Amino acid sequence: MTDTVLDISALTLSFGSLRALDDVTLRIAAGERLALLGHNGAGKSTLFKAVLGFLHPDAGRISVAGHAPGSDAARVAINYLPETVSFPRSLTGREVLGYFSGLRGAPRAAIADLLERVGLAQAADRAVGTYSKGMRQRLGLAQALIGAPRLLLLDEPTSGLDPISRHDLYSVIAEAAGRGSAVLLSAHGLEEVENRTDRVAIMFRGRLRAEGTLEELARRAALPATIRVTAAEGAADRLHAELGGQRINGARLEIDCTPETKLALLARLTAHADLLRDIDLANPGLAEIYRHFSKHMDQEDRT
Amino acid sequence: MTRMITIFVQEFRLARRNLWVLLATGVLTLFALALAFLGAGQGAALKADVLSLTAASLATLSVYLIPLIALLMSYDAFSGEVERGTLALTLATPVRRWELFGAKFLAQTVAAGTAIAISFLLAGAAVVLVYGAAPAGLAAWASLTASSIALGAVFVAVGLTLSAAAGRTALAAAMAIGIWLVLVVLYDLALLGGIMAAGEGVFASHVFPWLVLANPADAFRLYNLAALDAAPVAGIDGLARTLPFPPYAALGALALWLAGALALGIHRTKRIVL
Ligand SMILES: Nc1ncnc2c1ncn2[C@@H]1O[C@H](COP(=O)(O)OP(=O)(O)OP(=O)(O)O)[C@@H](O)[C@H]1O
Ligand SMILES: [Mg+2]
Repeated sequence: MTDTVLDISALTLSFGSLRALDDVTLRIAAGERLALLGHNGAGKSTLFKAVLGFLHPDAGRISVAGHAPGSDAARVAINYLPETVSFPRSLTGREVLGYFSGLRGAPRAAIADLLERVGLAQAADRAVGTYSKGMRQRLGLAQALIGAPRLLLLDEPTSGLDPISRHDLYSVIAEAAGRGSAVLLSAHGLEEVENRTDRVAIMFRGRLRAEGTLEELARRAALPATIRVTAAEGAADRLHAELGGQRINGARLEIDCTPETKLALLARLTAHADLLRDIDLANPGLAEIYRHFSKHMDQEDRT
Repeated sequence: MTRMITIFVQEFRLARRNLWVLLATGVLTLFALALAFLGAGQGAALKADVLSLTAASLATLSVYLIPLIALLMSYDAFSGEVERGTLALTLATPVRRWELFGAKFLAQTVAAGTAIAISFLLAGAAVVLVYGAAPAGLAAWASLTASSIALGAVFVAVGLTLSAAAGRTALAAAMAIGIWLVLVVLYDLALLGGIMAAGEGVFASHVFPWLVLANPADAFRLYNLAALDAAPVAGIDGLARTLPFPPYAALGALALWLAGALALGIHRTKRIVL
């Protein structure tokens, strides 16, 4: 029995004639991290704002720990990091956290610990105007950790961060999930969230295209692996005739194969070992999987 | 309540750090002192109470300065937060929108009021030290200070309202300048033109005084000049002699403006879309 914190069902939301969200259904349990991926304008931020109660859906339902978005109980349950936020430059990090702690009725005694957790203890009493971009992002994250949020909404928390800060940020998120917060975060690439979230959801033009663990998505995509063959001198034409595929240049051949036919193809290749100089096997990468769910289905839709 | 205190503390801190309080105090003190000591020769010659005289000229100057200071302090309060993204964060907490508006209003009114009180106190003390004080002068000075703070409060509320309505800093700034020009400068000129064109008659005696009362800046000036018997008054200000209502009605007009601006401001704040 999992404890569902965020329950979105059949959510549709339009800006005039533009359908920013179209029949989105999504559930996140306590302690679970879900990454929401999608192109620019896919509707990620819009979904966050609907969950916060800032935007009102045309149809569908959202429940935050059993409460309606925008209700007091829901607001207490959710902590939010918007995609762009710049705190007043003349305030210190500690003062910014004091302000949001006061608004949330959280104890100020916890602020020092929050600053410590995101690595800002040293800069706590400096003006935000002197912070680097990464430090400001950390301050935003610290703000999102105030109290004991049941649901963390993080809109592109890692935009503009270097790989190390990014790593740190995901460990802070993992800690929060470990304490039982449900986490919904948006990002732009699968590589970034690999092994860092429990599930992934891919949005395309307001629709949820796919949702599941990365392994599930890879299996569902069933993308072909590519075998690149470099032929021995003068053998390229014969190889092409025997194996098919695409000629890249005078000596090279590219052959696509499904996971099932891969081994058989390799066996056939080894049978022609005398004609080969080199073999290179490329399994589909995360970028291809992502692209698969962002483009292919769109074409299927149109047919 | 804790939420309003939290917002109040932060807003007041920002007003202080942004040097608004300091700047406003400096400018007001400087002008008050200049009026007191440059105009003092004339006062001494007239054997009038210098404090009363200075209060009259300071009231005429405050009509321009105080709305400007209050609008400059407040025009960015909501639009800036919309643009920086902090308003979304604030409104994601259980805070009520009226609490946000109310706390911002209180903080900025206290900030503007502090600047006014400090500078008028300093200038007033200097005048009393040099020229001495009569009870009438002290009373005029006190009511000038109090009504200036009230005028500041009205324009803080107006500034916050247009900030919430504009939603963008550039637009809010333009609206603030526009409203200052209309209420403080153009309205006055129009009235002056009107009374000169109409001459003595029903307009001058029955319509005109109410039109003066309808504008917070003119109501403020009317209140202060009507209260000053010793002050030489001329032009529009001469009206203070022939009012169809007591000068205190002008304070009522300020209160109405304040209530109206607060109500409209809270209404606009509730309609901000993030
Ligand atoms: N207030 C608004 N009025 C009109 N259209 C809007 C509004 N907000 C968003 N949109 C539109 O809704 C769509 C989804 O926008 P959204 O901001 O949710 O995208 P996103 O997935 O967050 O993109 P990004 O990765 O660039 O942040 C876009 O086409 C956008 O133009
Ligand atoms: Mg976005």
